[in-house]
Amino acid sequence: MQTASAPALKAEARNFNFFYGDVQALKNINMPIHDKKVTALIGPSGCGKSTYLRSFNRMHDLYPGNRYEGEIRFYPDNTNLLAPGVDPIEVRMRVGMVFQKPNPFPKSVFENVAYGLRVRGEKNRRALDDKVEAALKGAAIWDEVKDRLQDLATNLSGGQQQRLCIARALATDPELLLFDEPTSALDPIATGAIEELVHELKQRVTILIVTHNMQQAARVSDYTAYMYLGEMIEFGKTDDIFIKPQDKRTEDYITGRMG
Amino acid sequence: MNAYAMSASPPGGAPVVSDRLARNAMRHASERVIETLLFAAAAVSVLTTVGIVYVLVSESIHFFQNVSIVDFLTDTQWTPLFDDAHFGIMVLISGTLVSSAVALAVAIPMGTVIAIYLSEFANPKVREVAKPILELLGGIPTIVFGYFALLIVTPLLQKIFPELPGFSLLSAGLVMGIMIVPYVASLSEDAMRAVPMSLREGAYAMGSTRLYTALHVVVPAAFSGLAASYILGISRAVGETMILAVAAGMQPNLTWNPMEPAATITSYIVQVALGDLPHGSIGYQTIFAAGLTLLLITLLFNILGQWLRRRFRENY
Repeated sequence: MQTASAPALKAEARNFNFFYGDVQALKNINMPIHDKKVTALIGPSGCGKSTYLRSFNRMHDLYPGNRYEGEIRFYPDNTNLLAPGVDPIEVRMRVGMVFQKPNPFPKSVFENVAYGLRVRGEKNRRALDDKVEAALKGAAIWDEVKDRLQDLATNLSGGQQQRLCIARALATDPELLLFDEPTSALDPIATGAIEELVHELKQRVTILIVTHNMQQAARVSDYTAYMYLGEMIEFGKTDDIFIKPQDKRTEDYITGRMG
Repeated sequence: MNAYAMSASPPGGAPVVSDRLARNAMRHASERVIETLLFAAAAVSVLTTVGIVYVLVSESIHFFQNVSIVDFLTDTQWTPLFDDAHFGIMVLISGTLVSSAVALAVAIPMGTVIAIYLSEFANPKVREVAKPILELLGGIPTIVFGYFALLIVTPLLQKIFPELPGFSLLSAGLVMGIMIVPYVASLSEDAMRAVPMSLREGAYAMGSTRLYTALHVVVPAAFSGLAASYILGISRAVGETMILAVAAGMQPNLTWNPMEPAATITSYIVQVALGDLPHGSIGYQTIFAAGLTLLLITLLFNILGQWLRRRFRENY
């Protein structure tokens, strides 16, 4: 797969199927995730894009009756994230996630960002301080919260909470960062801040983002995948997908005739 | 729009009250009746409380006309029925507090651990079976628990502590704790299950284990509910009567040692109330003074609970 001309891959779905009990939610998905790029997943509600996203950090393992089939290869070590022998906790140590609704823990701003570091056993106060500061700066929220690190995170505004959640995910240096409609609960200004942030973050980390907002996909992503009814209809460079989609269904969705 | 407006007021005639409005008025009357009934039901419970407080306070006033409050609070003996009568309520308070402390030392850790297990670890089938059974434990009459303490737990404890007397605060307190576990566990579990799944998902997504998620995210998020369950447990312990009357002995004894027998406020009241004290005598009035003290203690804990709940209420 990794030919000299193609950009490096961070992950790749191969013949990936997913089942909620007996219901097949994802059908034979094959798709590359390019390293240090933003890949957007678009499609109408219920098309399986969130289901697909949540497979990358094995979130489906939390609920009984879910089943994966096929592979999600993770590079450079070429691990199959879905292999039965792979511990979902190990996967989540490498893959961060930001959710649809900001979900800061009922702790201080500092402890929220330090959470993942503490989970990984970091006890050194100096290291914690440094990494928390770096993560908050990385999430463009440091200036707003540096004087209230001990305040409850739940007292921040919605947009600040979401950037705090991004800082929380960044603090542990994930290799892949999953965004599940991260701006759907935010106002336009907070949305703009998050989009700008996503754009900056791809210098450091590979990003996979689910969005309902096609302008957002066009603005922030390098690659776009259109999904429909659990299938991957079309995948390509974002410009190509939006300017000259190959599939009629993609075109209908993008031009607003469907969905 | 115009057609509707015209049909509402007939041309030329004075506007009439539509029958729709009349029906509204009828409904209003029946709602008044229902409202009054509901208010009456609520008033009964409030008035009962007011009545109880009134009786306690008025009888206690008679008592405090004979015994000074300073003596009541500082005397180290409680011998209201002796010729040389002493009225040191601390004697009974010590028994109440020691037995409650023993009970809570059992009920709060066990209840919390059970709640964490049921809410975060048990699979749904286990939970559906285990929780009703647990709650059944709360339905066992306390007199049964009392004899369980006296006839089973005390002899067992005596194998470990040979010097333990036949009646002790330790034995009664332990069993009282077991009795309270279901209340604490059930309410704590409700509080933890009310923590939104999105918080747990956030914690798992950071790579935490189940235990780490439970202890570092779910428990802090549910803390106000946990505090409420603990306060309920305390109230149950302070107010519990039969277990202590049966298994703790009834002799007034100013002690902070759970290995000793002692009377509590409640077991004293039961003991005296069963006797044949003449109405209006000082011994009779001690019941009310003791009852008022008990009421104030539970009130104190309830206020503390309210405060904790407000202080730690989470907006997820």
